[in-house]
Amino acid sequence: MSTYADPYASSRETTEGTVFSVTGGDWDSLVTEIGQAKEERVVVNMGPQHPSTHGVLRLVLELEGETVTEVRCGIGYLHTGIEKNIEFRNWTQATTFVTRMDYLSPLFNEAAYCLGVEKLLGITGDVPEKANVIRVMMMEFNRISSHMVALGTGALELGALSPMIFCFREREKVLDIFEFISGLRMNMAYIRPGGVAQDLPAGAVDKVLATVKDLRHSFKDNEKLLVGNSIWMKRTEGIGYLDLAGATTLGVTGPVIRATGLPLDLRKIQPYSGYENYNFDVVTADTCDVYGRFLIRVNELEQSLRIIEQCAEKLKSLEGAPVMVADKKIAWPAQLAIGADGMGNSLNHIREIMGTSMESLIHHFKLVTEGFRVPAGQVYSAVESPRGELGAHVVSDGGTRPYRVHFREPSFNNLQSTSAMCEGSMVADIIGAVASIDPVMGGVDR
Amino acid sequence: MFGAAGTGDTSGYGGLVRTTATPGSSQRPYGGYFDQVADDLERAYPDFADAIERVIVDRGELTLHIKRERLVEVALILRDKLKFEMSMGVSGVHYPEDKNRELHAVYHLLSVTNNQRIRLEVSVPDTDPHIPSLVEVWAGSNWNERETYDMFGIIFDGHPGLTRILMPDDWQGHPQRKDYALGGIGVEYKGAVTPPPSDRRSYK
Repeated sequence: MSTYADPYASSRETTEGTVFSVTGGDWDSLVTEIGQAKEERVVVNMGPQHPSTHGVLRLVLELEGETVTEVRCGIGYLHTGIEKNIEFRNWTQATTFVTRMDYLSPLFNEAAYCLGVEKLLGITGDVPEKANVIRVMMMEFNRISSHMVALGTGALELGALSPMIFCFREREKVLDIFEFISGLRMNMAYIRPGGVAQDLPAGAVDKVLATVKDLRHSFKDNEKLLVGNSIWMKRTEGIGYLDLAGATTLGVTGPVIRATGLPLDLRKIQPYSGYENYNFDVVTADTCDVYGRFLIRVNELEQSLRIIEQCAEKLKSLEGAPVMVADKKIAWPAQLAIGADGMGNSLNHIREIMGTSMESLIHHFKLVTEGFRVPAGQVYSAVESPRGELGAHVVSDGGTRPYRVHFREPSFNNLQSTSAMCEGSMVADIIGAVASIDPVMGGVDR
Repeated sequence: MFGAAGTGDTSGYGGLVRTTATPGSSQRPYGGYFDQVADDLERAYPDFADAIERVIVDRGELTLHIKRERLVEVALILRDKLKFEMSMGVSGVHYPEDKNRELHAVYHLLSVTNNQRIRLEVSVPDTDPHIPSLVEVWAGSNWNERETYDMFGIIFDGHPGLTRILMPDDWQGHPQRKDYALGGIGVEYKGAVTPPPSDRRSYK
């Protein structure tokens, strides 16, 4: 067909038909050639490197003109073998791996895994109250930071630039809290089997409350950018339709199923970490579309702030309470303190184990090198992550390492619904539909 | 030294083997809503005794071990009669020591109506790793079964397109199996080599 080579859209003949490699720039020759083709059907490869596919997601689209007739997802570009790797680490070390799966919600990954390990150990009830309150507070902060990315990049992908700037500004405040409390902004490995890695630093509660006040104020301003915005609604209303029957059979959870009107939120129906002690509402919508999912995320921010405030109130009376189980055979002996060269092992702890207590040294050594043993069996523990039900199927053979851990990733299951949402729609609407699922490819591929 | 037999190694690496007790079959009453689920299933499914190999209640969770020939029937009853509307996915487990039942597929079911969870477990021999697909029952099993096939080599009969999903299409082997090496390379620092994780000493 082509008699000359276009540097931006070269073509070659294959058994499947003519294949164009589009690299950007002038597409005139491509448009001309496709216009001459006998077939109406065009197969377009969108991604894995594409600014609006929300990570390394590859979408194979079959188009008839501007209408999408078939969508297939290609995943696995970010497969890191975390589930395999943690079979070669001890039970506590595994938290540093699982935190890196869904990198926007590290604390939920840790929580799902640690709740599973605690259930296997039979110590769910022994986790101190303060540890549970801190877990809930950190998870709700994490829900905010994750929703900030979902809303910001979702808007960006549909062409609204300003919300992204504001959302990332608010997210930064939450990351500052993470850094203040855990020492790290991402991948904290802060939640450990038996509790949390370390107690809150001095002044944390005040800082948390100040941040909540600040965030609540900013969220009110940000809402005005998109909620009810007529251009935004034209791009999102009625787009990416998935009703309750479809969501149920596809195993879809999180904001996508709540947008069908079903108040499925594990924090309410199967509470963990003491969620039954907090007042909050499950946000739903009944539009089954991208706009409904967007509204749910916006309104969940306020519910998270409400929970955080209640956590802060509880923490005021828990000054000095333990944050790790009392059983020294399980409690990780990490005692961290800020030194002249940054955060590291507490000198008091080093002095104790090296100078005064041989038993402490033995315990420290045994726990760090060997780890603890977990009675054989299997459990499934689930938490409500920002994207839906994050479940951990944890299997132990009685040893010091996990025998098998499988994560039921909400992104993975939700992403399956892309075809159901997009087939029959316009190409431009795929972007909105995928953004409303909010898949995090680190979680999808693990 | 001091009359110790064998290597005299007291570090824990010397082959001290602890026996572990895996949870065995449970007897009624199972406790909680599990009796109700079992009763309802027996009533709705007359072949209950034949299809269910074992019932295990452990750590507050119910596991039904099901013969693979009966899996689809039981799943349909659970979905339609017992209101387990959602399948939360499939996860494979490889037990090389469990002879003729090496590969296990574990299904986590959620009933939104009754707020209940149960688990189905199907075990198949390594030499004949076929399990009927549940895509017809819960469409969401599609990717989950592909993942379990990819990672364990369990073949789900009747799946509409059982291909690899996370690993490249031309990959050899199934990475999550216990006989598949983790791989990795040793790291040398000042003459000492830290071996890759799979080759490090481990406690029995």
